[in-house]
Amino acid sequence: MTSFLEALAWLGDPAHWSGPSGIPIRTAEHLGYTVLGVLVAALIAVPLGLYAGHTGRLASLSLALAGAARALPTLGLVTLFALLLGIGLGAPLLAFVILAIPSLLAGTIAAVQSADPATVDAARAQGMTETQILARVEIPLGMPLLIGGVRGATVQVVATAMLAAYVGNGGLGRYIFLGLGARDYPQMLAGSLLIIALALVLDLSLLLLQRLTAPRGVRAA
Amino acid sequence: MIGFENVRKEYPGGALAVEDFSLEVASHESVVLVGTSGSGKTTLLRMINRMVDPTSGVVHIDGDDVSRLDPVVLRRSIGYVMQASGLLPHRTVEDNIITVPVLRGTSRAQARVRALELMETVGLDVSLATRYPAQLSGGQQQRVGVARGLAADPNILLMDEPFGAVDPIVRGELQLELQRLQRELRKTIVFVTHDIDEAFLIGDRVVILRPGGIVAQVGTPQEILAAPADDFVRTFVGADRGARSLHVERTDGRDVVVDADGRAAGVLEAGAASP
Repeated sequence: MTSFLEALAWLGDPAHWSGPSGIPIRTAEHLGYTVLGVLVAALIAVPLGLYAGHTGRLASLSLALAGAARALPTLGLVTLFALLLGIGLGAPLLAFVILAIPSLLAGTIAAVQSADPATVDAARAQGMTETQILARVEIPLGMPLLIGGVRGATVQVVATAMLAAYVGNGGLGRYIFLGLGARDYPQMLAGSLLIIALALVLDLSLLLLQRLTAPRGVRAA
Repeated sequence: MIGFENVRKEYPGGALAVEDFSLEVASHESVVLVGTSGSGKTTLLRMINRMVDPTSGVVHIDGDDVSRLDPVVLRRSIGYVMQASGLLPHRTVEDNIITVPVLRGTSRAQARVRALELMETVGLDVSLATRYPAQLSGGQQQRVGVARGLAADPNILLMDEPFGAVDPIVRGELQLELQRLQRELRKTIVFVTHDIDEAFLIGDRVVILRPGGIVAQVGTPQEILAAPADDFVRTFVGADRGARSLHVERTDGRDVVVDADGRAAGVLEAGAASP
């Protein structure tokens, strides 16, 4: 309890809110790593998921691979990639991408497959091309599930992005690793609290986005 | 004109949906394919717009082999109405109706004007235009489905059990409505149902199918009732149950037509009776 109060005191210290290692900059860095990791993962997982979900090809294979990827320990990956790629942003980013892909892939496949097969069949029978079916029927109807995948991936990456500091980068992980090295537990705890707060804000924002993207006619039902 | 020439459909794994089917459907004619499940009737219907490709044999429209046509272009030129409407749940009624004209490049504004006309044609209140399908009754949804099928003014209208999912009273209304529409529009209609009464009501000609797409009998409703080809047809049309055999009983000086169970079916008009 004392260290919790000390952590709050640490957070309340104006000195920690300014300068290049202040909380705003570290939060921005942390958010930047998260967005970058999820974005790169989305560039891979979303097109693959759309293809797999729409055609049914590769769907079980990619879900199996994604499931296996979930079991990889991210700290181990960061260490391994850092040994291969050296100190810098490359190693943690690669690990975040691998961490984010399973949720994104599963979410995208589920989104595309959530459309009623009869609706898709009718769209095809009216003369929609396969791309039009995907863009005008399957994606709009599945959008909340797709955003759900983004949400899952984002929360996982934001919670893990502190590992970027482990190999010499910034982000809120700095406070944790600095505090760990200096046995400054209030600072460690403050860093954790900031990460938790950021994760909650992102989770709720994406939850709101999920609600907002629910197709209108379906909500009316 | 639509023609089927020795069409066969085998699904991977060996299931035989249609063995060997041939039929010509004249322009402006309505033909009903009727049979139980497994008779291949829906498979045959979907061969016309290439939702199913036959394993062998040819389907042609006005002399063109459909297998040589781009399926997307072909489907946009043919109206398709399906069971449970198949409307896009995230689009309004008018946006559902204009699906095909918009795919064919008509501007939305222009297509919307036509959509409102079509809503009146199929007996829908135009105030429903901005509703979503889930906000409509089953019968209203089917009317939207019919309007969508007609939106691009196709020559051919394919209807796959379009009234199968609505209650009998609404079904009756929709059937009469379709008869009225067909008198006005004179489309070539291929209609699939398992209901022989519906088939006799809608079809200029009726094709009774056995399992495997084998034709048991083709003819006008009158021809089929007058001379069922065999016991299968007799059973199918209900002739064996006496449901189709009516006789005249004289009551209070009028000729009342009565069915085999003794239920009154109507009054025989003077002059219409044969001696």
